[in-house]
Amino acid sequence: MEKYETHTHDVIVIGAGGAGLRAAIESSAQGASTALICKSLLGKAHTVMAEGGVAAALANVDTKDNWETHFKDTMKGGKMLNNWQMALYHAKEAPERVRELEYWGALFDRTKEGRINQRAFGGHTWKRLAHVGDRTGLEMIRTLQEKGIHSGIDVYMECTITHLIKDGDRVVGAFGYWRESGKFVLFRANAIVLATGGVGKAYKYTSNSWEYTGDGHAMAYEAGAELIDMEFIQFHPTGMVWPPSVRGILVTEAVRGEGGILTNSEGERFMERYDPERMELSTRDVVARSIYTEVEQGRGSPHGGAFLDVSHRGADYVRRKLPSMYHQFMEFADIDITKGPMEVFPTTHYVMGGVKVEGDTCSSTVPGLFAAGEVAGGMHGANRLGGNSLSDLLVFGKRAGEGAAAYASGKSHASVSAELIEGYANELREPFNNTQGENPYTIHQDLQDVMQLYIGVFRTEENIQKGIDEIEKLKERARTLKIEGSVMFNPGWHLCRDLKSMLIVSEALARCALARKESRGAHSRVDFPESDDGTWGKLNSIVAIKDGAMDFATRPIMEMPEEFSRMFTEDK
Amino acid sequence: MSVAKLRVFRGDSQGGEEKEYEVPVDEGMVVLDALFYIQANYDGDLAIRWNCKAAKCGSCSTEINGKPRLACKTRMDSFEEGETVTVYPIKAFPVIKDLVTDVSWNYEVSKKIPPFTPAEDTEWIMYQEDVERGQEFRKCIECFMCQNVCHILRDHNRKDAFAGPRFMIKIAEREMHPLDVLDRREFAREEAGVGFCNITKCCTEVCPEDIHITDNGIIPLKERVVDKYYDPLSWLLRKIKGK
Repeated sequence: MEKYETHTHDVIVIGAGGAGLRAAIESSAQGASTALICKSLLGKAHTVMAEGGVAAALANVDTKDNWETHFKDTMKGGKMLNNWQMALYHAKEAPERVRELEYWGALFDRTKEGRINQRAFGGHTWKRLAHVGDRTGLEMIRTLQEKGIHSGIDVYMECTITHLIKDGDRVVGAFGYWRESGKFVLFRANAIVLATGGVGKAYKYTSNSWEYTGDGHAMAYEAGAELIDMEFIQFHPTGMVWPPSVRGILVTEAVRGEGGILTNSEGERFMERYDPERMELSTRDVVARSIYTEVEQGRGSPHGGAFLDVSHRGADYVRRKLPSMYHQFMEFADIDITKGPMEVFPTTHYVMGGVKVEGDTCSSTVPGLFAAGEVAGGMHGANRLGGNSLSDLLVFGKRAGEGAAAYASGKSHASVSAELIEGYANELREPFNNTQGENPYTIHQDLQDVMQLYIGVFRTEENIQKGIDEIEKLKERARTLKIEGSVMFNPGWHLCRDLKSMLIVSEALARCALARKESRGAHSRVDFPESDDGTWGKLNSIVAIKDGAMDFATRPIMEMPEEFSRMFTEDK
Repeated sequence: MSVAKLRVFRGDSQGGEEKEYEVPVDEGMVVLDALFYIQANYDGDLAIRWNCKAAKCGSCSTEINGKPRLACKTRMDSFEEGETVTVYPIKAFPVIKDLVTDVSWNYEVSKKIPPFTPAEDTEWIMYQEDVERGQEFRKCIECFMCQNVCHILRDHNRKDAFAGPRFMIKIAEREMHPLDVLDRREFAREEAGVGFCNITKCCTEVCPEDIHITDNGIIPLKERVVDKYYDPLSWLLRKIKGK
């Protein structure tokens, strides 16, 4: 077979957004030889797009805040389906992880007393989100990137990992290609951290960047790992609606955090009917359903959304606190948000489901394989609170880095079978060799239509089943792909493997959505509109590969010890 | 729906040529959408870097009708009806393929800049007015368009001597961080070559984040360097102390 490079490390981290960077920093700090591998250039990962803030009970603004309240908010937001241990670690450790960013050079917005400022967000009892205007993600990724490049990590940019390699039960390496040259590359490692982010590119309208094709979910699944609660995909209530080319781009929740008001075509502040107490700052699942329902019932804005208006806060304030939103609407939609409302509609934003991990070290059900950030599941349960993702990736990025370094310590590298590598290489080159086959771009568009239509904000058994049938057809079509050009930086070729990942996660999403016969958090079944706490509220959905096919099972949720469960009954 | 003509550079480090495409134009469409259309319908292997398509990641820098622009931010309706739109890779860096260039040099420079260094016993109190300077520079999305238009890099290719505007503001940001204690003036002069900049402000003009690179970053940095090296009193002290 053609020649390929081999690199050997103790730990490899796949994905260089917040979670991957934080994991690599920690792994390296533990003394492990660490590789950080990313599909894009360093610093371009999806974290860059996070806007509103990072949730941590610093209590700088609302002094009554503490980890207990953050823990309770997170569990309630997740409709108690969360891995409580992860939610606990998250609430306890987030403040230190945020302060640590400041020690590494981050410049958060300040309070009058000179401390990190915090803003209100949906589902959070207190003002809890540390932020930098509406570009918090950029600040975080730059800070971590800076820390990372001075931490002795080997960074491999524009390198796509396509296969995890196992020796017996445990993972021992990863195979992939350089995007630039198209040449293959093998990484040998004793522990692997997946930090590949989400799956939004399976949908037509999404706030996610191109990298969000579910690679980590798919590779973990193929390596035998369990995926948990994949039916829970968050539709962010406020994506742009118009013009068509920007449909789905995120409108930060900070607009509502800073006092933005939602109205329908009749000028009615409709959140009064759906959640009169929390109004616009209800949880994302509720606000998304509310906007969807208003439009469905004929009270939508001209382009089929709701109106979101923050102009009453004054032009200077809006430009200072929401600068990217101001520019985004000005430049893409010719709308001045300091003068009038935006039009918004739900957009695919975040997958709560993911690789099943345990909270201590983020290890998956496959030895040596760890996962952190969006690719991991459990932490957010049925619905994620805004701001809890950036804190998640810091807390569990660190834990995964520690866990992976400890696991790798003292292990020797396993040999990798040459036949296996050759098989992967042949599989990847196939679209160049096929004399006829489908265009990957066409199948991708068709998949996006299917997911948008059948596995959306509201679901029915009939629709989900149709979705599954369509996904099966697409899988069949995707077996034979054909592309043009050379192996050098060839986006059509890159899409072939990304498509395979998206088809796996789409199927997982649909199968879990079909099975869960209740409505909970982001999973809304029109045919089962109520939550079934007695049955489904006590079960996680699990998918795993079995004899080459996707197998669905349920597993009892992790039981919360009395000392914590008491916190919830006391409230009632 | 109207149809636009695009002439896109197709080629690699060995050379290449323009290829013409016709693309239907939808309302609000941007140049990056047109390139996607080309990928999906004509040439699946057309290479372009992009990530967010929302002007937040700085990946899709190209030269559109000769001007450095983010392809995701350049609307098709900003051109005249019937105007042909040319799309080229940014010129200051070597072409890899089509619209993708080798920007790895920037990452090497970045790594050389001494990191943020707080004092051991720092109390982490900073006021909004003190962090705003740094926050402006930290808006940078690393699109490298400032590097692309800087004539020291673009026309004279002095990448050996000058770090370029992106990294001048990175040094400036560290220097102006309220809690940083390191002195990077020697680095700015000797390693980064701040003296090469002759303030033509081309970088500021192309910045998609409207960072005042020259006025708020490079000029103050030059002043700090001047204070250290050319202030007569410091000069005398250096002479006496033999440093």
